[in-house]
Amino acid sequence: MHPAFSVIFLTTLIGIGQGLFLALFTGQVYSLAQLLPAQESQNFYALGGFVALVFLAGGLLASFFHLGHPERAWRAVTQWRTSWLSREVIVLPVFMGLVFLYVLIHFFGWTQPLFTVSDALPVDLSLIVGFLASIAAFVLFLSTAMIYASLKFLKEWYTPLTVVNFTFLGLASGFMFAAAFSAYEGIDLVAFFGTWAVIFTLISAITRFASLIRNRNLRHNFNLSSAIGVRHQTIRQQTQGFMGGSFNTREFFHHKSPFFVNSMRRIFLVLVFLVPVALIVASYFMQSAFLPMVAFAVQYIGLMAERWYFFAEAKHPQNQYYQAIS
Amino acid sequence: MQDPTSQSDRDIGNIEVKETTCYMCACRCGIKVTLRDGEIRYIEGNPKHPHNQGVICAKGSSGIMKQYSPARITKPLLRKPGAERGDSEFEEISWEKAFDIMAERLAKIRADDPKKFALCTGRDQMQALTGMFAKQFGTPNYSAHGGFCSVNMAAGMIYSIGGSFWEFGGPDLERAKLFVMFGTAEDHDSNPLKIHISKFKRHGGKFISINPIRSGYSAIADEWVPIKPGTDGALILAIIHQLIKQGLYDREFLVQYTNSAELVVTDEKRDDHGLFKRFEMHIEEGCFDPENKLWWDPAIDREISTHTPGVDPRLMGSFTLEDGTAVKPAFQLLKERVEEYTPEWAEGITGIPAEDIIRLAHEMGVTARDHQIELPIQWEDCWDNVHESVKGNPVAFHAMRGLAAHSNGFQSIRALSILMTLLGTIDRPGGFRHKAPFPRPIPPCPKPPNSEHGVQPNTPLDGMPLGWPAKPEDLFIDDKGEPVRLDKAFSWEYPLSVHGLMHNVITNAWRGDPYKIDTMLLFMANMAWNSSMNTVSVRDMLKDKDENGEYKIPFLIVCDAFQSETVAFADLVLPDTTYLERHDALSMLDRPISEYSGPVDAVRIPVVPPTGECKPFQEVLIELGSRLGLPAFVDKDGERKYRDYPDFITNYETSPGSGIGFLAGWRGTGGEKFLKGEPNPRQWEMYQKNGCVYHYELPKSYQYMRNWNKGYLNWARAHGMTRYAEPITIHLYSEPLQKFRLAAQGKTTGRQPPDRLRKRIEQNFDPLPFYSETLLSRLSNTQDYPLNALTQRPMAMYHSWDSLNAWLRQIHTHNYLFVNPLAAKPKGIEDGDWIWVESPTGKVRCMCRYSEAVEPGTVWTWNAIGKAPGAWGLSAKANESKKGFLLNHLIPEELPKCEAGDHLSNSDPVTGQAAWFDVRVKIYKADDAEPQETSPQFPMLKQLPGQKKRNGKWQSYFAGVFRKKEGIK
Amino acid sequence: MTQLALVIDLNVCVGCHACVTSCKQWNTSGWAGPLPDQRPYDEDPSGVFFNRVQTYEVGCYPNTETVHFPKSCLHCEDPPCVPVCPTGASYKREEDGIVLVDYDKCIGCKYCSWACPYGAREFDELGKVMKKCTLCVDRIYDKNLPEEERKPACVMACPTSARIFGDVHDADSEASRAIREQGGYQLQPEWGARPSNHYLPRRKQQIHISDDELVRADNPLRKEDEEPFDQQSETLDDVAW
Ligand SMILES: Nc1nc2c(c(=O)[nH]1)N[C@H]1C(S)=C(S)[C@@H](COP(=O)(O)OP(=O)(O)OC[C@H]3O[C@@H](n4cnc5c(=O)[nH]c(N)nc54)[C@H](O)[C@@H]3O)O[C@H]1N2
Ligand SMILES: Nc1nc2c(c(=O)[nH]1)N[C@H]1C(S)=C(S)[C@@H](COP(=O)(O)OP(=O)(O)OC[C@H]3O[C@@H](n4cnc5c(=O)[nH]c(N)nc54)[C@H](O)[C@@H]3O)O[C@H]1N2
Ligand code: SF4
Ligand code: SF4
Ligand code: SF4
Ligand code: SF4
Ligand code: SF4
Ligand SMILES: [Mo]
Repeated sequence: MHPAFSVIFLTTLIGIGQGLFLALFTGQVYSLAQLLPAQESQNFYALGGFVALVFLAGGLLASFFHLGHPERAWRAVTQWRTSWLSREVIVLPVFMGLVFLYVLIHFFGWTQPLFTVSDALPVDLSLIVGFLASIAAFVLFLSTAMIYASLKFLKEWYTPLTVVNFTFLGLASGFMFAAAFSAYEGIDLVAFFGTWAVIFTLISAITRFASLIRNRNLRHNFNLSSAIGVRHQTIRQQTQGFMGGSFNTREFFHHKSPFFVNSMRRIFLVLVFLVPVALIVASYFMQSAFLPMVAFAVQYIGLMAERWYFFAEAKHPQNQYYQAIS
Repeated sequence: MQDPTSQSDRDIGNIEVKETTCYMCACRCGIKVTLRDGEIRYIEGNPKHPHNQGVICAKGSSGIMKQYSPARITKPLLRKPGAERGDSEFEEISWEKAFDIMAERLAKIRADDPKKFALCTGRDQMQALTGMFAKQFGTPNYSAHGGFCSVNMAAGMIYSIGGSFWEFGGPDLERAKLFVMFGTAEDHDSNPLKIHISKFKRHGGKFISINPIRSGYSAIADEWVPIKPGTDGALILAIIHQLIKQGLYDREFLVQYTNSAELVVTDEKRDDHGLFKRFEMHIEEGCFDPENKLWWDPAIDREISTHTPGVDPRLMGSFTLEDGTAVKPAFQLLKERVEEYTPEWAEGITGIPAEDIIRLAHEMGVTARDHQIELPIQWEDCWDNVHESVKGNPVAFHAMRGLAAHSNGFQSIRALSILMTLLGTIDRPGGFRHKAPFPRPIPPCPKPPNSEHGVQPNTPLDGMPLGWPAKPEDLFIDDKGEPVRLDKAFSWEYPLSVHGLMHNVITNAWRGDPYKIDTMLLFMANMAWNSSMNTVSVRDMLKDKDENGEYKIPFLIVCDAFQSETVAFADLVLPDTTYLERHDALSMLDRPISEYSGPVDAVRIPVVPPTGECKPFQEVLIELGSRLGLPAFVDKDGERKYRDYPDFITNYETSPGSGIGFLAGWRGTGGEKFLKGEPNPRQWEMYQKNGCVYHYELPKSYQYMRNWNKGYLNWARAHGMTRYAEPITIHLYSEPLQKFRLAAQGKTTGRQPPDRLRKRIEQNFDPLPFYSETLLSRLSNTQDYPLNALTQRPMAMYHSWDSLNAWLRQIHTHNYLFVNPLAAKPKGIEDGDWIWVESPTGKVRCMCRYSEAVEPGTVWTWNAIGKAPGAWGLSAKANESKKGFLLNHLIPEELPKCEAGDHLSNSDPVTGQAAWFDVRVKIYKADDAEPQETSPQFPMLKQLPGQKKRNGKWQSYFAGVFRKKEGIK
Repeated sequence: MTQLALVIDLNVCVGCHACVTSCKQWNTSGWAGPLPDQRPYDEDPSGVFFNRVQTYEVGCYPNTETVHFPKSCLHCEDPPCVPVCPTGASYKREEDGIVLVDYDKCIGCKYCSWACPYGAREFDELGKVMKKCTLCVDRIYDKNLPEEERKPACVMACPTSARIFGDVHDADSEASRAIREQGGYQLQPEWGARPSNHYLPRRKQQIHISDDELVRADNPLRKEDEEPFDQQSETLDDVAW
């Protein structure tokens, strides 16, 4: 497939937004359980939530660049019964709305417990909204990933690993940002978020690696013979019927050399997994606020490469029909 | 959104539907043009049209993009003072001024020496008018595309069977069981051929394609026989060998309808050696074959007059007549001729295994013999025998330029005609069928003048500019035996060049050999590009100057509708209308679109008004003819006779009161007559009412065996189609050719060829077909240049003129050289590589595309896709000029010096047919450091005044609003 | 239930592209139009076409088959392009099974094109909406057209009548009959889209001639006192006693 920048930005940015929110909320739950020191509503949760919103909005904005008619985007909510894209379009604003509420609640400090569960867990508004938002975040991961994972002949994507990867990469990058954010704010949650970021990064490294291996061993059961229904060993396309290119030659193929594609893979493996983990580990020792920020930045660049590769790697069967001009 | 089924297309805007005839190619299909608010909405095939029966092709469907193309020329243009030819620098002038310039210049030439005006037309469809204009003007220098197109096809078959493929006849696929197609990619009758091939296949017929390349029609052939280019003669002769050996020929047909049994004088010492033995009998002089010849009657064991009832003559044997003359039946001579042409011999030449050749022969012979068709149609032959049925042997052939465009094509096509004859398939169901006005006498009657005295100042030419020589006395040569025509047609160099040699006019005029001319008018011919060979040099000749700084070809007028490469070289440019903007007559006097069932002609009637100041070329000729006072265009007082072209078409008669005009339909004052009759003032209207076509369906009994069908021949004579109702006996053995040969052998008292040409004539004017290697292969080093280079017509492009078409150019925007990997790999050439193709004439850089569907000794490309930069309304970066290439740069227009002459055309020595497909090349990889663009490159052509530039990123056509949006008037 | 479709006969398709440009001209000024062209007179011209004709070479020289292969939207019975569309712009008509795009609803997200395994959708980069073959829905029901012209433009145009239009659910239609009798097949059935368009395969006609058909009693050579077979070779008559 041709990796479109709008979609690369969309999926990576909202992934961070989702991950960041989940990080914040995890932090809140942990501190509720007094595993972590409580944080100040306004400066941490509200600001952090706001930043998550910014990521989500950035992704949303990028997605508009992908649309031919963004002014009609509202129509995309109608087909939630069948279309994962429609579901994403519904869940994303719902999630953003919840995050927004969450930010408001923290900003205005509406955090008085409303009731207490089993005498131990004081439930306030932020907890309820945060909980709902967390569900929305996971549904969003699922919806986004299923857009790709549901296309059965795009075998590179047609696997639960796609959902797993989107989720863990989102979590990793979100927690990574949370770590960087904590470092920047000078809050002593760096280690907490950093550790989880490293854990998620390592998990996603495993799952992403698993999908790479899976895809490397994929056997495509389509070929020219099945494409045109002529049974023969040697079939070559002589012409695709037009010479100056078309939507079909642009949208479904990256037009890059195998070297370039392989380089992108190596780059993302290094930038998404190796470097950030190393940096975070280093930051433990060096007590540096700077390193987590670098770790995040590097990981994000890597993520863009990862997403580029994700699209480029997928071999659309339609390309069988568009191979030669003459 | 509006429900697509609740709206009607016809509700949007003001809809009109008009009928006319397509001209996106020479096929001339009937079309219906739907207009929305005056803009073309849709062009579709006219279902009522006999030719295309409602279908349409890719080009015809893209007429809209031609009509509104930015390549259109819209104003008369004059080369800017000081600007050089080829620079494409022009200023607009008025039509009045253009006419003044032309009339003044032409009047002077006509009064002085009419030869100095040459009129050349490309693949047009109005040779009836242009030829008549040239004749009226008095110049012999008229040529049309035929010579560089397929004159071998016309001459080879018309000199044999009185009709031909191309536009004059074709295969009866409705009834055939076996169809063998030689060297055809697309052809003129492209839509009808497609309709019929498909029906033929669906009926279960077997389709064999003999072609070095498998594409287009050949793709759906049941059997592909890849043959080495230029060797079909060998294959056909070997098939003939096998058929005769097995006795798989239609003896009765040969005896009755061909000269097979007629006795030929075989005494070499006699002056009439090789001619038919004729007995005295008073015969009216005419262009028919008198029946004063002899058969050998085995019953009485002596000669007898042909067609004596009850006689079954010998086809074989050697006999002595009563007067002691040694004779043989023509068939015996053929049998002796093909003795050496065994399938094994042909295998080595053609690359086709001998066993396949034998099998092909058997399939043809057995299918013809065992699947005979008999139609219950009673008819009468010329010898008064009434036949209760029409019989046919269902083996049909077709052939086109793959046979024609080689220098040995004439004889290969003669061989094919004879093969078809042996199988008994001429004008019979399931075989070859004529289209009116064919069959015609062998050869047909019209002749060019036969001496330089036929050309006189201020006088029409004494004869036709083109015609059909039957003997050396018919040649158009001067007292010294040298050519009178600029292209040397009808001279001893190319005696039967019945369509002229347009491919040599520029070279000859430039060299001044045989003489210099003054003005050349090119109509609808892109001679600075695809209809010239050796194009790089020809382009230089067009702008070459003599010692005085004058152009060697002093004045060049180009009439074109589009900004072609040739327009850039013009001194004066005349903007023509498109086919949708003008009246045209697709006349019985030219190449009508007749059906097997009878004569058909057609017209065009404008469906949209002319663009800018475009003027139909027909109107230009009529205006010029009137201004110059050419007899056909003025009355006794020298006053203009015709208001305009439609008026001319309605009222012109070939001679006063002849009743024959350009159009055959609805003649007679009230439209009650056909073919012959007084002018009908409402003729156009009647054509328009009938979808712009006239079809006369012959009675069934006149539809077959027309060479010998008494009823038909009398009908044809009565309706002015032929002069004689004499039988048209098939020339298995060609006496006219032998007459030229006898002259070359010095056995005649009349005209004889110059010494340098004696051998050439003697060899090539063989009355029986023979095989010889093509001239270029004989004269060049085939070790150094091991490959044959061919072009093919793409179905979605017409010659050079469709790159201006935004839709069609997406299908073919540049071209590749197709090479079999077996030929490419040893040279280290990979699929897609930039390579050089080199011939002794030149070299071209292009891209290679592997193909498994080409004979490994052959490379090929689509014809005329490559273009000069800036031409055709395209941008400087257009693929056509950056990646596309023209094979013509490699093809020499003249042969290497040889004993027969220094400047002989690269053509068939009999007919002057351009031998496009003889060129030999080698290929090698281009250096990686070389630019990845085609070579040679030419300077960018400037846009013309009045041309609308539209190089925007988008073009979005929607009928009814497009021109307004684009600001086109 | 009706399912309109095209049946394309590869046995007679000569690759002429008539169906390509007739489709273009009908549709560019029709319900689905315009079909814009990019860089029409410049480098790498490109544009929206609903139908393309491709060429394949099957096998190696000299046993090569050249196959012309026209392809437009196959109007799948289970079209994967439809359920994925987030707006409902892509839909399959109940009454005749034609798969269409409602250009007023389409947001141009291109997702449907990803879901089509056949590469049959074409994005209109100027109008920014997805387009595709409409099976000429604006022709085939147009009461203002003569009845015999209410067929897709490409079908009307095709010189070899390689394109059969009809209801593939109606067992009596010409289309169904052709599929049944001539081995009509679907492209890549494994994706489960159940394309409605079918293709008819190449068929090969052969002539078989047995030796005894070659020489017959009425061989014309006999009339010339020649024997059709070799005179020189020995016969039983020469060697038996
Ligand atoms: N679409 C389209 N149609 C056209 C035209 C066009 O430009 N475009 N041009 C029109 C004109 S003017 C003409 S003259 C006709 C020409 O019609 P065709 O004669 O069909 O045209 P060509 O493309 O020259 O095809 C020549 C064929 O002969 C084959 N060939 C070449 N050499 C040999 C040989 O030695 N032996 C055999 N057996 N085959 C050989 C080539 O591979 C090719 O297939 O087409 C007319 N129709
Ligand atoms: N290498 C190679 N070269 C070949 C051939 C080949 O097979 N191989 N084939 C040869 C053959 S068979 C032929 S017939 C020739 C054809 O050669 P030409 O007849 O020279 O070529 P065309 O490209 O048909 O274009 C003639 C000109 O007519 C113009 N034109 C188009 N429509 C109109 C109109 O309505 N009015 C006017 N006035 N002009 C118009 C076009 O713009 C173009 O400039 O090419 C020959 N050249
Ligand atoms: S074959 Fe020629 S005349 Fe017929 S529709 Fe096509 S372009 Fe027009
Ligand atoms: S071919 Fe593609 S676009 Fe057409 S219906 Fe099937 S899936 Fe949809
Ligand atoms: S591009 Fe249009 S039709 Fe396709 S999925 Fe998106 S909204 Fe639906
Ligand atoms: S059915 Fe209509 S829209 Fe579809 S390919 Fe044919 S002409 Fe084009
Ligand atoms: S119009 Fe017919 S023959 Fe021509 S390419 Fe299309 S399907 Fe094939
Ligand atoms: Mo031609």
